[in-house]
Amino acid sequence: MSKARQNILARLRSAQRPDISAIGEGSAETHFWDIDERMRRFTDRMTAVRAEVVETSPETWTEALQAICEKKGARNLLYSAASAFGEVISQQPPVAHPVTTDLGSDVWKTTLFHEIDAALTTTLGGIAETGTLMLWPDAQEPRMMSLVPPVHIAILETRTLFNTFAEAVAAMRWQDGMPTNALLISGPSKSADIEQTLAYGVHGPKELVVLLIRN
Amino acid sequence: MQTTDAGFDIRIRDALGNERVRGNFRRAMDGLMQRRLDLFPDAEAMESLRQHGMRIKASALSRLPELLEELEAKLTGNGIRVHWAETPLEANQIVLDIMQSHGATSMIKGKSMVSEEMGLNHFLEQRGIDVLESDLGEFILQLAGEPPSHIVAPAIHKDRYQIAELFREKFPEIPYSEDIDELTQSARTILRDRFETAEVGLSGVNFAVAETGTLCLVENEGNGRMSTTVPPVHIAVTGIEKVVEKLEQIPPLLTLLTRSATGQPVTTYFNMISSPCKPGEKDGPEEVHLVLLDNGRSGIYSDPELLATLRCIRCGACMNHCPVYTRIGGHAYGTVYPGPIGTIFEPQKGGLDKHGALTTASSLCGACGEVCPVRIPIPNLINRLRYESQHSDGVTPGSGSKRKRSEAMIWKAWSLLYRKPLLYRMMTKTATRLRMLAPGKAGPWTRYRTAPKPAARSLHDLARTHGVVDE
Repeated sequence: MSKARQNILARLRSAQRPDISAIGEGSAETHFWDIDERMRRFTDRMTAVRAEVVETSPETWTEALQAICEKKGARNLLYSAASAFGEVISQQPPVAHPVTTDLGSDVWKTTLFHEIDAALTTTLGGIAETGTLMLWPDAQEPRMMSLVPPVHIAILETRTLFNTFAEAVAAMRWQDGMPTNALLISGPSKSADIEQTLAYGVHGPKELVVLLIRN
Repeated sequence: MQTTDAGFDIRIRDALGNERVRGNFRRAMDGLMQRRLDLFPDAEAMESLRQHGMRIKASALSRLPELLEELEAKLTGNGIRVHWAETPLEANQIVLDIMQSHGATSMIKGKSMVSEEMGLNHFLEQRGIDVLESDLGEFILQLAGEPPSHIVAPAIHKDRYQIAELFREKFPEIPYSEDIDELTQSARTILRDRFETAEVGLSGVNFAVAETGTLCLVENEGNGRMSTTVPPVHIAVTGIEKVVEKLEQIPPLLTLLTRSATGQPVTTYFNMISSPCKPGEKDGPEEVHLVLLDNGRSGIYSDPELLATLRCIRCGACMNHCPVYTRIGGHAYGTVYPGPIGTIFEPQKGGLDKHGALTTASSLCGACGEVCPVRIPIPNLINRLRYESQHSDGVTPGSGSKRKRSEAMIWKAWSLLYRKPLLYRMMTKTATRLRMLAPGKAGPWTRYRTAPKPAARSLHDLARTHGVVDE
């Protein structure tokens, strides 16, 4: 092991152990809202940062998706054919040129940077308190889908809409095994680096649309 | 390391004389303070959350060596390579070695204050590596050849007109614009290609979770995600104090950080990285490295009071609320970390002899301590460091280096005078009689003030005349 490691750990170990017994615990706020309130808060937070939330149902979401694609002028849509939603999309594509994530690794990056107008992903769930989507990208829905194309469309089912991030982490026991990359997404990419004034669409998607499916 | 004490007075005077920069800071800080306040509507809940945050960070520090080992073991198990560096130079060399092992000559960077601390850009550029900052603020500063003036909003000292001028100079092919949206879109276009082609991406770390071996990054723009997702190699650099024990401690720290820093309920992205890309995954770096930097932190760790400095989660609220920082701005400090946290962190890291003057840049109004999300008693620590800069029995490097013989003599005489009644009476008698001889000028003190003159009669004398007999 490296000398730097040994030296740093030795210095830390030689110090007197800080006593924290006198420091009180404190606590974070907890919230328990019913589903209507969770949906209302989620939508309010999302729209406050210029994301769009389209409320729909298990029966009508394909029409909603098609309307979104038309509105955004998306000629193509990148999606995973492996999910339950993907199977439906494959049968009735909402755009002229649907693209599945089975693309070869060699063309993956170039296609995302130069060709894809919009990408659709599922989500692990949502957070009402902050208006947040939780994503665990995987082989079927890789990381760049929610990052590189100008429009990101995300499907959120209301049964996975949690009150808070803390509640979601505890309920799904994230500590038992984290994925390569876990993401919280709360709106389209933005910056306030110039005069503390918000500008949208900096490096990530310029637009975020949430298909909120009530079930 | 260079000293920042030399020229501190001059930098302050220049900053105070620059109305444009002062206006830029004033507007930005007023906005940030208001936004933070709006997100903590319930004072009691805020105090409880701050206490919670303090406890989490203090408890992590109490087990720091064990948690670092646990973090290393977890990360290694997840496939992330861990490197240790005692000094910025060692850390820079580690980064360079990784790049050279891949024959890489280009790097895209997400925002990282530790990389500023390392002077990484300069180090790599001197060795022929093309380094590009991708955070909008940092990108602007790299164009301007300036260091950040704020740890969260690095280009806060510039207004849109200065940035428009800079873009015109550096990118003459882009149509001139003073519009913030258009400037932002220009930066997006310029940086897109670079994200696609960069061989190595570098980022900082906001929290490192020992329990799961997870590196957490907080951002709004997506450049942090780009830098850690698109290039085939990702190198993260961080200070050893960023480790926390459990994943369940992340949600409260995240909300404290984003609300305190920019008054946001949450940032656009919270990016949690636990491994390089796994077999079958189409994107994400094949290699992920973490460089753990000490750079004086283990020294700070050895003192039970000063240790609180290491709780810092780098939200910048202390500078947003500091009356001194707001007026002189970040560059006047001359250090990587400006503002109240800089006035305590930099002298401990680099020595009171080199950065001790920073501790004088405070009115001890207490605002920084009041807003700190992890309750670092910054004003107390400033006082402690002021004391150490005058007394060689301190634990901080450079203790006693600010002691002046003449000043020490004056305080000694003062103390003697007040301890010996006879001497005290003689002194008041002489002072009242010879009051006309008191000097009219007393160095810098009288530059903007009238020199004090002893009264014709002492307070004791007046009290006696008025029949006050009690002491």
